[in-house]
Amino acid sequence: MSVDEKTVRRIAHLARIAVTDEEVPHLQGELNAILSFVEQLNEVDVEGVEPMTSVTPMVMKKRQDGVTDGGYPEKIVRNAPATEDNFFLVPKVVE
Amino acid sequence: MTELTHLTIAEARDGLKAKSFSATELAQAHVEAIEKARALNAYVLETPEKALAMARASDERIARGEARALEGIPLGIKDLFCTEGVVSTAGSKILANFNPPYESTVTKNLWDDGAVMLGKLNMDEFAMGSSNETSAFGPVVSPWRREGSNVSAGASGQVEGTHLVPGGSSGGSAAAVAAHLCLGATATDTGGSIRQPAAFTGTVGIKPTYGRVSRWGTVAFASSLDQAGPITRTVRDSAIMLRSMASPDPKDTTCVDLPVPDYEAAVSRGVKGLKIGIPKEYRIDGMSPEIEKLWHQGAEWLRAAGAEIVEVSLPHTKYALPAYYIVAPAEASSNLARYDGVRYGLRENGRDIVDLYEKTRAAGFGREVKRRIMIGTYVLSAGYYDAYYVRAQKLRTLIKRDFEEVYAKGIHAILTPATPSAAFGIGEKGSGDPVEMYLNDIFTVTVNMAGLPGIAVPAGLDAQGLPLGLQLIGRAFDEETLFAAGQVIEDSAGRIKLPQAWWA
Repeated sequence: MSVDEKTVRRIAHLARIAVTDEEVPHLQGELNAILSFVEQLNEVDVEGVEPMTSVTPMVMKKRQDGVTDGGYPEKIVRNAPATEDNFFLVPKVVE
Repeated sequence: MTELTHLTIAEARDGLKAKSFSATELAQAHVEAIEKARALNAYVLETPEKALAMARASDERIARGEARALEGIPLGIKDLFCTEGVVSTAGSKILANFNPPYESTVTKNLWDDGAVMLGKLNMDEFAMGSSNETSAFGPVVSPWRREGSNVSAGASGQVEGTHLVPGGSSGGSAAAVAAHLCLGATATDTGGSIRQPAAFTGTVGIKPTYGRVSRWGTVAFASSLDQAGPITRTVRDSAIMLRSMASPDPKDTTCVDLPVPDYEAAVSRGVKGLKIGIPKEYRIDGMSPEIEKLWHQGAEWLRAAGAEIVEVSLPHTKYALPAYYIVAPAEASSNLARYDGVRYGLRENGRDIVDLYEKTRAAGFGREVKRRIMIGTYVLSAGYYDAYYVRAQKLRTLIKRDFEEVYAKGIHAILTPATPSAAFGIGEKGSGDPVEMYLNDIFTVTVNMAGLPGIAVPAGLDAQGLPLGLQLIGRAFDEETLFAAGQVIEDSAGRIKLPQAWWA
């Protein structure tokens, strides 16, 4: 399978990455090189093979459902580009 | 006496204990070496004041007779590990000013054992790369030069000539260890990012079993593949460092609750009676005859030390790399969704929230990262998920099964080359076709796909005088056998003579 320019733009939008008109043909070529490389997986008969979900056979650890951390909003927002009263600021989303 | 920066971790530990020198002297020697080596661009952030303060605290503990496992040992930290109050960038512009309010479990374990932080090490952006050329902070210069090359330290403080890459993504870690700019470094490995740079720089690097080392506080690339480990100058030093890095961790649900063995005790165990597998599928077309020869040599060394060498088959080997280039980008596209210009990191303002996201990510991510996010987004998108992602995860089951079948036949470890070639020059690979660069990881990526441990040990030099490494792959959670067999290789090959400081 290979991608056309329209698909490249659609993927970029899904990935929330702005692309310029000049970038699109380059990205298209690079993405198609990768897609053609992975094409060889189609040679393998995977009928009846379970897809891997966990690389080490272990039961996921669980802990008690309780608050063990927190209470420092100023630390949480310290690296944010824009904040007010320990809230993250974004452009208006709803009118 | 040997220069302080040329000691191994084991030697430095003994010297500090015997009070032959102080932790402060050891840290100061490294701080000075780092200052003189800025042309290599191995460190993205030097923390000399922190290093000296930590060293003074170590000296006080040593005086009180309270030295811990890594007391006073100066280390470099890959910039993927979050360090509290010290900017942690993951090699990306999008995190250029990120100052973590917390400490990663790995680095906390190291400081709790008395280690000293020299600074943060350069790396490929978000650990995506095999040459350290994708870093937003410029490439790392390998301390190694081809024989008769034109590389030299220029008057401007920049390196002149076509220099070699140190490998990646842990290129700063490998270069710093090889150039004696730290006694050991932390690194991470998603597809070969510890073992490939270690092989390129004549150093030792181990990727532990998935789940052995906590991933908490380490910037995520592909969560089912990422694992941290050390890069050091000897096998013993890797054993010492890994013991401190590894721990159970309630903050990482994929980190196992198994006690950490005394890896150093395993180093001198030898390989007598062990069965070492040689997988025929690793004999690839176009492999350099020098690497083929070194591989035979490695097998002979292990045989001479009492191991039995057995030809084995891992039939799905060739599919590991293409399957990886579906699984890793898929996980990356999901993990890197968090960089949206809202909660931390770079922000580029836009006319609405979606425009803000798109502009921020376009400005903050480099080309390789964008490519991988887009591939990941594509293979996870509606209509393609089964054809790509599910198929790749099925291949992963088959790759893991190959190893299980070999181990079930009594094989203790598998010997392979670490890389298909020695280090290449900057700008030489991957500019037209990204896959050319990806092929570097052909021997290492299988190990991540199966979650197994793998160690790269320097085994010789090629005709150009550049180091080549061998890889040993172990059973899950049997890093001890890798240290034992790795030591046999190191003893048989002799310690690689690292380059003189031509950059200073």
